[in-house]
Amino acid sequence: MRHIISVLLENEPGALSRVVGLFSQRNYNIETLTVAPTEDPTLSRLTLTTVGQDEVIEQITKNLNKLIEVVKLVNLSEGAHIERELMLIKVKATGAQRAEVKRTTDIFRGQIVDVSASVYTVQLTGTSDKLNSFIEAVGPTSVLEVVRTGVSGIARGEKVLSI
Amino acid sequence: MELLSGAEMVVRSLRDEGVKYIYGYPGGALLHIYDAIFRQDDVEHILVRHEQAAAHMADGYARATGKPGVVLVTSGPGATNTVTGIATAYMDSIPMVVISGQVVSNMVGSDAFQETDMVGVSRPIVKHSFMVKDPREIPEIIKKAFYLAQSGRPGPVVIDIPKDMTNPADKFEYSYPKKVKLRSYNPATRGHSGQIRKAVEMLLEAKRPVMYSGGGVILGGASRPLTELARALNLPVTNTLMGLGAYPGTDRQFVGMLGMHGSYTANLTMHHADVILAVGARFDDRVINGDDASKFCPNAKVIHIDIDPASISKTVKADIPIVGPVESVLTDMLAIYKEMGESPDADTQASWWKQIDEWRGDGDLFPYDKGDGSIIKPQAVIEALWEVTGGDAFITSDVGQHQMFAAQYYRFDKPNRWINSGGLGTMGFGFPAAMGVQQNFPDATVACVTGEGSIQMNIQELSTCLQYDMPVKIVNLNNGALGMVRQWQDMQYNSRYSHSYMESLPDFVKLAEAYGHVGIRITDPKELKSKMAEAFAMKDRLVFLDIAVDTSEHVYPMQIRGGAMRDMWLSKTERT
Repeated sequence: MRHIISVLLENEPGALSRVVGLFSQRNYNIETLTVAPTEDPTLSRLTLTTVGQDEVIEQITKNLNKLIEVVKLVNLSEGAHIERELMLIKVKATGAQRAEVKRTTDIFRGQIVDVSASVYTVQLTGTSDKLNSFIEAVGPTSVLEVVRTGVSGIARGEKVLSI
Repeated sequence: MELLSGAEMVVRSLRDEGVKYIYGYPGGALLHIYDAIFRQDDVEHILVRHEQAAAHMADGYARATGKPGVVLVTSGPGATNTVTGIATAYMDSIPMVVISGQVVSNMVGSDAFQETDMVGVSRPIVKHSFMVKDPREIPEIIKKAFYLAQSGRPGPVVIDIPKDMTNPADKFEYSYPKKVKLRSYNPATRGHSGQIRKAVEMLLEAKRPVMYSGGGVILGGASRPLTELARALNLPVTNTLMGLGAYPGTDRQFVGMLGMHGSYTANLTMHHADVILAVGARFDDRVINGDDASKFCPNAKVIHIDIDPASISKTVKADIPIVGPVESVLTDMLAIYKEMGESPDADTQASWWKQIDEWRGDGDLFPYDKGDGSIIKPQAVIEALWEVTGGDAFITSDVGQHQMFAAQYYRFDKPNRWINSGGLGTMGFGFPAAMGVQQNFPDATVACVTGEGSIQMNIQELSTCLQYDMPVKIVNLNNGALGMVRQWQDMQYNSRYSHSYMESLPDFVKLAEAYGHVGIRITDPKELKSKMAEAFAMKDRLVFLDIAVDTSEHVYPMQIRGGAMRDMWLSKTERT
């Protein structure tokens, strides 16, 4: 099963390499990884998605917790949560396709953020599944380039991950 | 406030941390620090002959004393030479602080002379590491390093110091912090009382309980409550290779080491148990017989006590996990047991012990064929060693058959006396580890049980021993072959001895003498005990005992891979 693990990490040089190193060292799998400082500049928030059996996920969270720079973490998939990913995608937009891409973008509530004679660049936010669906909808043959940020997530309701 | 340079701060911080000895080797990036060492007398530096040995010496010191060992090495090759030593300490959770020199800050990353990214190289084998970015941070980083190395699940910590951080011309105010706090690091200090109560209840109801304890009990100084609890509940006790000595090896309740080369009694007791109390042990593949836990102890419920949550339910699922320091958890268990005022059922216990005693037979946990007396059996050497030293020596070992024989036949009654590389299995560990022990216990008997393969991996330290008067006794089980490799080749490769034969061995007696020590060769079984006694009587000399032993001997029992705990070869022809 896919899990979203959200980590508060000391914003120090080398901290990220320990997280990434742990995954390769212990043969765990990272699907996406996003990291940036929080409102407190001494902390970074790192979100990663991984796939594995429950026992493996348990080991991943335990071993992440053992890293000295990991301050706190939560497996968002264990509760109600919001996940978002941002995608910038260049799509062929010529002839009849031009209107079709525009319509599809509207349906997905995306925005066309750059236009050229034959290309639209679309910005789209949503769950990873929604972004995948958009790629499918415009048709893989029209897609020229895809840039995705990887998943960011946050728990619903009052729960917060902070120190 | 006193003004000190970064180099002086390193040495002063070590002094203020209570460090007496550092093991190291100088080099360009460290020269400021070595000059600061020269100008003081509080911290003594031991000059090794190879940096790997410095790490193993610090490791041996740590295992015998429970305090972190300290290593000082230069950048590049000096640092990378410690990698095996750091990995050895990491696998066995040994507290150690390794200070490595680094090229000057503005050269870092430029492929400078003797530059290696030591923080990067060591990352997978340390508990944590630091790179000094400002000399003013040195005292706090050193304090943090010692705190991390010895708290929670201990481990090695690396501090990488660029040369300009130690410049003697730059002086700063020095004070050594009394305490450090890391907001992201809070190891458990007590076990969960509800879980502990459940564990005691489960043990009281058990029909066939067993206590399985590991290196965590030694590291956690929990030998006393462990022994008390085992006696109170009348539990059979088995120790892992790392846990030997936590429970007295000569006691009736001790059923021997378990696992790949564990005793028949221990492995059967485990296999048939209905409750396993695992204390500071990690269900390693050499304990549970392979990578598949499905055949492991099929009827057992597992209570698992460990300071490291990641060790629990890693390979074998725990029914009652208890995260906490083993010492406090065991003490709490005893208190709850006494408060409950119940005892395990006497009849149930008697029938379990009757079964165990049947497995134990005449009481010999590791029976072996004594032969016709024409050649020295390696097992007999360890038995003689036990007799000659009154069972009270510090014994270190290298890796291979001799290590298993030492573990099986030297019956350790005290913790911290058996010092070996259990997790990483590092050949070349035993001799420098023995030196680290000897130096801190100058009057104690310290013996390194080794083989002619392993001893040659750090034999240059004979020179260090002379310089610092370390009267270690080297017990070399010389069978002229890499015994454990040869044993596997006998069992699995139709005795094709691919590169397991040691040709061109040196004359170890002459070699010891060349380094200024005493060498004694023993070939006659009749002379084994007398010559060994003669060697150990030389209290102030290093004696190299080169003992010719039977090359064809195998270590038994040996578990059959892919089987259950009870599946073992008992000799070359018999199996369970």
